[in-house]
Amino acid sequence: MTIHEQPHACPQQLTLKDFKSSVEPIWCSGCGDFGVLQSLQRALAELGRPPHEVVVVSGIGCSSRLPAYTTAYGFHGVHGRALPVATGIKLARPDLEVITVGGDGDGYSIGGNHFLHAARRNVDLTYIVMDNRVYGMTKGQPSPTTEADWDSDAAPGGTGVKPFSPLAIALAAGANFVARGFALDVKPLAAMIVEAVRHPGFSFIEVLSPCITFRPEEMEWKKSVERGAIQPTSDRAMATAAVLSDTEMSTGIFFKGDRGVYREAPKGHGDAEKIAAQFRVGGNAHLAPVDSGCCGGGRTL
Amino acid sequence: MSEARKSVAIVIAGSGGTGAITAGSALLAAAARDGHYGLMTKLSGAQVRGGEAAALIELGVDPIEAQPDRFDCLIALDWQDVHRFAPEIPLDGDSIIVCDPKNGAVPEAIARSGARVVELPIAQIAASVEGGRLNMVGFGIAAELAGLEPEAVDDAIRAMIGSKGEKAVTASLGADAAGRAAFAATGVSMALAPGRKAERWMLSGNEAVGLGALRGGITFVAAYPITPATEITEWLAVQMQEHGGRVVLAEDEIAAINMCCGSAYAGAPTMTITSGPGLALKVETIGLAIAAEIPMVIVDVMRVGPSTGIPTKSDQGDLDIALRGTPGDAPRVVIAPISIADCPATTERAVHIAEALQTPVMLLSDQSIGQTQTIIDVPTERPTPLKRLTVPFATGPDFRRYQLTDSGVSPMPAPGTPDCQWVADGLSHAESGHPSNSAAIHVAQLEKRKRKLETFDFGDGWGDVFGPADAPLALLAFGSSVGPAKVAAARLTEAGTPTRVVALRVLSPIPKAKLSAALAGAKRIVVVEQNHSAQLYRHLRGEKALPHGSESFARPGPTPFRAAEIVAHLSQEVAA
Repeated sequence: MTIHEQPHACPQQLTLKDFKSSVEPIWCSGCGDFGVLQSLQRALAELGRPPHEVVVVSGIGCSSRLPAYTTAYGFHGVHGRALPVATGIKLARPDLEVITVGGDGDGYSIGGNHFLHAARRNVDLTYIVMDNRVYGMTKGQPSPTTEADWDSDAAPGGTGVKPFSPLAIALAAGANFVARGFALDVKPLAAMIVEAVRHPGFSFIEVLSPCITFRPEEMEWKKSVERGAIQPTSDRAMATAAVLSDTEMSTGIFFKGDRGVYREAPKGHGDAEKIAAQFRVGGNAHLAPVDSGCCGGGRTL
Repeated sequence: MSEARKSVAIVIAGSGGTGAITAGSALLAAAARDGHYGLMTKLSGAQVRGGEAAALIELGVDPIEAQPDRFDCLIALDWQDVHRFAPEIPLDGDSIIVCDPKNGAVPEAIARSGARVVELPIAQIAASVEGGRLNMVGFGIAAELAGLEPEAVDDAIRAMIGSKGEKAVTASLGADAAGRAAFAATGVSMALAPGRKAERWMLSGNEAVGLGALRGGITFVAAYPITPATEITEWLAVQMQEHGGRVVLAEDEIAAINMCCGSAYAGAPTMTITSGPGLALKVETIGLAIAAEIPMVIVDVMRVGPSTGIPTKSDQGDLDIALRGTPGDAPRVVIAPISIADCPATTERAVHIAEALQTPVMLLSDQSIGQTQTIIDVPTERPTPLKRLTVPFATGPDFRRYQLTDSGVSPMPAPGTPDCQWVADGLSHAESGHPSNSAAIHVAQLEKRKRKLETFDFGDGWGDVFGPADAPLALLAFGSSVGPAKVAAARLTEAGTPTRVVALRVLSPIPKAKLSAALAGAKRIVVVEQNHSAQLYRHLRGEKALPHGSESFARPGPTPFRAAEIVAHLSQEVAA
């Protein structure tokens, strides 16, 4: 199947306010996630889909609290399983705009398998990971993107384990759009989200989102983030090389691919009685075929 | 041996590739065309492909609902590793063994049954027909033994083999005819009394669950392969190509049920399909679906556990996890079909209940129901459809997704509905859906979810009573234990001990009033189930749904319950 145009037929005049809910965030003052929330609200306004046509899906963690802070429909599920929920929503209702959000622990650790397979399946979803390189809600344990020597009570002296590269993994698994943003660069991040949503297939944005409480040194990211150095490519190998040779601090769109999105559901006659006819045997049904496939082989899986 | 019989039990066995199972399917199909009922259980070795295989078939003039106590005939296409099945193929001095002397002596494990050996040159007979195969000769022998009409036999072959071309059909018809002629010459017969010819259905429990899903309106299925449930997923994946709907093969069991959460939230009637180990993985998300009030049907085709257990054998040991597996208090609906014939309607009903109550419904099948193929009367009863409440009572700021109502059910508008946006949340939440730590709100929502289940009228679907309703002895069973309990009860009743069977379809919430009425007047109540720890008995006793003095007869798989075993247990207990 070829790439199709996104169904953003009649954009409405919407503003950030239309996506702001009355629920007060539980985040610490200064948390990078506020920037991501604002970027997402801006992006949704620009995309022009009214809040009731958008679903924001998350798992568990600080950043996963986000759905309630928008006016869209939302699903705040269990830890690590946001992508399968989002997949189910989008496959059942392709007309909806489905945005998945979460943190590094939720998405790369407990939900790591779903990250791989969502990228591989390439359902038309946008996945925004607020990566602060720490488990915040459980108060400061190292995650899959935490530096090997970062000291914590859970891993005194550091884990000694190399952090992995979410972008390289997304590219290897088949994501169709791969980018890195910075939480406090609200306008560029909003523009990046708009582009990710409009791009068909599985779009992945890793957002560097500082944790002021458990990783105060991450506030320095304001200075260390490298902006404008990355040029998008449609060559997966080149994008992967750019990701792997990078400091993990460059922001921008690394990759925009043209893989076909996950196939549509078969549209059938919807008549279960036509299906039931295969079981008929004897009487007037003596010419009906009886071997329906599953009972002749004696196989086990 | 020549008078007409009410039933005959036959095994066709052979090594991998001989086609014993295909021969069994053909025999069942031929019997159905001849107006008979039947039931076929498949045995296979642990090998992924090849290895020994056996088709255990009972044919009869009345519906067959359980494996027989013993077999009348074993047809051995060869002897390679067939002895491994000996404990599952009870033979005795009245049985016969049909085998080819070329294959050597009857293995000791089988010979010691004392069954009479009838030797036939099976390989030579097959070789006498161009393209003739051993299994079709075996099929012909079995058809002749059971006295099936040649037209019905030929029809069954054409229907099964037809797609492989005329040459294959001719070869199969020839091998079958040669097998029949050779066996007729032995003078042995166990011919069935004439059947009543009518249109019937031939299907497995797994297929029947698939049909119930389609009838119930399931449009989204997400699942991960697991024996013995995979066939439902595969059947639906194939049928939905024609019918419409989608099967997603998820990356794991947890992904599967979370995909179901998403699709159901988005408005689609949804199902996931698994067996015990997969159900264990889904447990956390079952709690989410209960808390966030997301409807779905979760099919568990139970197998022997714990852990990997014995994947290809039946057991009823997942009841505990189905009833209570989840963190916290999460009351749920658990339903079990009481037979293969019951699978379509009970599955369809499970979909309706899930949608009406906005909650997961556990459908407990088991390997014995799922992978057994049978002939049944065409099911005529269909449950009354029930739909999800999607129209909001109010919109805008007044819309409350989890509004406290008398029924406990509140409106669940799907995404896309203007002015009703809500967030499904596993966090304890208020009527609005917003997270809340308030004790009063938490308890009110717990009560709401419990009330949904308790006020729902399960009607006649709660269960069934078979046999004399005033019988002093009552057997209480669920799932695949119902069939053998019914056969045992009929036998006891005929022998002068009137016995009723109470088949429980709704296992949670326990239909206490209906159950109490069904057990009224019973002097002795025995809960019959196939697991090691008497899970149903403990469940019913714990909920005070059984009178004091009720007994338990629980024993684990992998061997199937047989009626004789139940009768023997009851007699033994009486004597003691």
